[in-house]
Amino acid sequence: MADGFRKSYDGVAVAVPVTVPYRRYSINSAHWWIGRAVHEVVTRAGLTPSDIDGLSLSSFTVGPDTAIGLTQHLGLSPRWLDHIPLGGASGVVALRRAARAVQCGDADFIVCVAADTNHVDSFRNMLTTFSRFAQDAVYPYGSGGPNAGFALITRHYMNRYGATREDFGKICVAQRANSLHFPFALMKKPLSLEEYLSARPISDPIHLYDCVMPCAGAEAFLVCREDAARSLDLAAVHILGTIERHNAFPDDPIQFRGGWAMDIDELYAVAGITPEDVDFLQTYDDYPVICMMQIEDLGFCRKGEGAEFIRAHTLTADGSFPHNVSGGQLSVGQAGAAGGYLGLVEALRQLTGATLGAKVPEARVGLVSGFGMITYDRGLASGAVLLAEADR
Amino acid sequence: MTEPLKRPKRKDPLKKTREPLLPLKTRSRTALGLTAAAAEGRFALQVCANCGKVMYPPRDACPRCLSPRIPFQDVANGGALLAETTIRTSIDVYFRERMPWRVGVVKLDCGPSIVTHLHGDAREGERVKMEFKLDRSGQAVAIALPEKDTPNMADDPEWRELTCNPKFRRILVTDGRNAVGQAMAKALSDAQASIVFVGIADPWKPFPGEEALRKIGRVEIVPLDVTDSVSVDDIAGEIGGRVDIVINTAEHVRAGGIVERKGLTVAREEMDIRYFGLMRLAQAFGPMLRARGADGVNSAAAFVNLLSIHALMNLPAYGAFSATEAACLSASQSLRAELRPGGVKVVNMFFGPLETEWYQTMPPPKVTPAALANATVDALRRGLEDVFVGDIAEDIRARLAVNPKAVERELGS
Amino acid sequence: MASLDLLDFAAAIADGDIAVIDLTHTLAPDFPTIVMPPELGQCAPFRMEEISRYDERGPAWYWNNLSMGEHTGTHFDAPIHWMSGKDLPNNSVDTIPASAFIATACVIDISTESAANPDYELTVADIEAWETRHGRIPPRNWVLLRTDWSKRAGRDYVNMGDDGQHTPGPCPEAVRWLVKERDVHGFGTETIGTDAGQANHFNPPYPAHYYMHGHGRYGLQCLTNLDLLPPTGAVVFAAPLKIRKGSGSPLRVLALVPRS
Repeated sequence: MADGFRKSYDGVAVAVPVTVPYRRYSINSAHWWIGRAVHEVVTRAGLTPSDIDGLSLSSFTVGPDTAIGLTQHLGLSPRWLDHIPLGGASGVVALRRAARAVQCGDADFIVCVAADTNHVDSFRNMLTTFSRFAQDAVYPYGSGGPNAGFALITRHYMNRYGATREDFGKICVAQRANSLHFPFALMKKPLSLEEYLSARPISDPIHLYDCVMPCAGAEAFLVCREDAARSLDLAAVHILGTIERHNAFPDDPIQFRGGWAMDIDELYAVAGITPEDVDFLQTYDDYPVICMMQIEDLGFCRKGEGAEFIRAHTLTADGSFPHNVSGGQLSVGQAGAAGGYLGLVEALRQLTGATLGAKVPEARVGLVSGFGMITYDRGLASGAVLLAEADR
Repeated sequence: MTEPLKRPKRKDPLKKTREPLLPLKTRSRTALGLTAAAAEGRFALQVCANCGKVMYPPRDACPRCLSPRIPFQDVANGGALLAETTIRTSIDVYFRERMPWRVGVVKLDCGPSIVTHLHGDAREGERVKMEFKLDRSGQAVAIALPEKDTPNMADDPEWRELTCNPKFRRILVTDGRNAVGQAMAKALSDAQASIVFVGIADPWKPFPGEEALRKIGRVEIVPLDVTDSVSVDDIAGEIGGRVDIVINTAEHVRAGGIVERKGLTVAREEMDIRYFGLMRLAQAFGPMLRARGADGVNSAAAFVNLLSIHALMNLPAYGAFSATEAACLSASQSLRAELRPGGVKVVNMFFGPLETEWYQTMPPPKVTPAALANATVDALRRGLEDVFVGDIAEDIRARLAVNPKAVERELGS
Repeated sequence: MASLDLLDFAAAIADGDIAVIDLTHTLAPDFPTIVMPPELGQCAPFRMEEISRYDERGPAWYWNNLSMGEHTGTHFDAPIHWMSGKDLPNNSVDTIPASAFIATACVIDISTESAANPDYELTVADIEAWETRHGRIPPRNWVLLRTDWSKRAGRDYVNMGDDGQHTPGPCPEAVRWLVKERDVHGFGTETIGTDAGQANHFNPPYPAHYYMHGHGRYGLQCLTNLDLLPPTGAVVFAAPLKIRKGSGSPLRVLALVPRS
């Protein structure tokens, strides 16, 4: 595995974190939200649209278009184009692809954007066309969405490792505290553990505050060479290492670990750091049990000890283990595929001193994790990226 | 512990009848292999012909060796229930009004993990046995049952929703003049139907078994002649709103081929009783059945056809009869699609010769009227759609699956 | 002279001086038909299939298609119906001369005897006793057998046991005598069949059919209201449908009697 063949990301800069303010429902199309995000990146970078020669798009509601349709729609003529339908892993994977393209000169300025609109029937429509396995083997069973599947995963995890609802609640409560000053968060009120525990059940053992709120929104960033970032006077972030793994552990009867567990040692080895060097962690938080799994599989504790780890740490931005420091999707909202960018874009803000809400003190290294695409009974896509502030 | 079903109260005439909704009905073509298995009550999954891997959900390449040769095969249906959840809210309109609803994930002994409906007595951490059943959309879904039978099992709400149990339902047996109709009335009464309407045509003509028929509990004789549109419409007008299952026992069996049996009057009778009779019943009872598919404990559940196995392949010694049965089979397929919006199943029972007078010269094995009636009740209890009763029917079905042309020649020799 | 009589005749009907008695059962699906042994061909029962009823199948009209046998309901039997009459000239409903469809009728009442014995057979002695009271049966008259069987319904009307039907009718000698000695026009009954229910056991079997049709005479069955007719003097109109090579047909049988 760690055969030393992976190349570094020297010379690559990640900059210009953009969030287009979320709305619960929007009558605008995904194309509108994508256009807003690209416009914002281009403006803040001091570029013009014709400077953009690379585009990576992730969106569930842009149909019947894919990325190619957006080139003509937005008037771009890129020499590098990607469409990444990986849900919560979209941000990490988009970054991996764009970084290599810029590194070897296939493109100079790549805008990576994830955006989704949310009409009153968007969620329902997306579900019925989400995946073949979901159509054949999940939706006929009643959940009308991923809740039952994650309830089963949560239940199994609780039975197997003794995690309690209080443990998951602690994650959610800390994320809500982190979000209270974040201007784009759709959840405005503080959340207590008491409120978390007594909330309406959705699909036992998952209750209301375990679930994200679907909404409309967009997230984006720019990938370019380091020297280009400097000449544009852009605060930039460096990539220490990345991993990606899909359909890991297919013989596990039910999911209790993700792809990161296969490659995490290599991530730290390539980056030349250990988990102790990580100042904050941005996990993909579709449900708190997945956060706990990521904490284990990303090397912060052993498998099965996630609950114990949570109990032993404080997860607020100023705590002993800053986690999802703008509130994560659970407090900000899930704008479709933009949920897969949310953690990464916030990490860029933390590492470039451009925070809008809570700030992690002396944030130098952040770990961003992506996860998603539960097409049947488990999340298939996973990835992670170690980011560092530029003058490291 | 399953709560025993309570006999439903009389319907409140001022309350709106709940309209039938259906769970998601879209499936990939490959997934319809499960629907075929569920229709017959089989538990089948794709098994790689190259490496033996058993896979689920249905797919188009083996996930171990990528072979495309992955036919559906009956597999062992035991497993362990790994985790369960009770869904309390859903954006799916069908399930939304059936909350709370338990689902779980079962690790099958033969390999895959399967997301499944749960019988109330299937408990987390315990062993279960799996079945594929047709849901209200007519597509296969999995349900996990406790490994050993439990008291009042059939009354479990998730189980009852997937089946057409005659218990506490009101059933019309269309023709009580013949032995099959009489055996059917008895079997349904024994199965705790709350009322069995039995149709009698030509009341001025006596028929054997009449006295015993009138003595069966909860049987109500009604005038019904499936060859008379007025008769069918009249009785549907009277009782249609109180019929949950229609079982068409009207029969007309005569030997004779297309060439050999002179004249058309017998063929016309055949078609009038069997094919047009089915059509009259479908038109008269179909709309009401369809409208009442979600109408409580005694919701409309099924329309049952009794078909000769020779609907599937003509037996020239009974050639004209076989052709009529084939017409009924095709009509039943249309009926199935037309009743589906109500979540009402069309059940086809196939059988070879019966132990009745018009099959007198055919050699055994033959099916007795009681055996056919019991198989029908069993099919309703299990929610099956295509049922083969007796050795001859099973044999022909197996041979058709291998080489239909061979069966044509063999039956015609 | 004849034309004046006809106008008077028509006026008498219109004024009610001549009563028109309907001897016909309504053609309906529930009216019993003759039942043959199951291996043999069966007479079709009467059925109606609605074509449209002021609806999308036909917005301003109501009409039906019908199906039935030639011998369904109140019906006429032509000589060609029986083996014994198959070769006679003008023996089908389309070739019988039209004048044969209007004839006077004698009504012989055995209703009391039939009530006591459903297998009662009309005998020559019965006919002779009737003639003593009402006079000799004129030639080319219908002989209508009143049994009041038409007042029965359903199972009682058919009266089917496990050895066949039990309904009254003529014995073989009576039929032969009516043809040979009285040159009757035809024989009519209230039951299904001009013959008794058990007539397949007579010698010859079904003598009313055998002798009547064998001599080119006609039959009427499933009649009703014979109790409203005088023993003699009724004029019966019984015209079957003109069916090519038809052996019989359902029809409207009307009897004209003086009002008094």
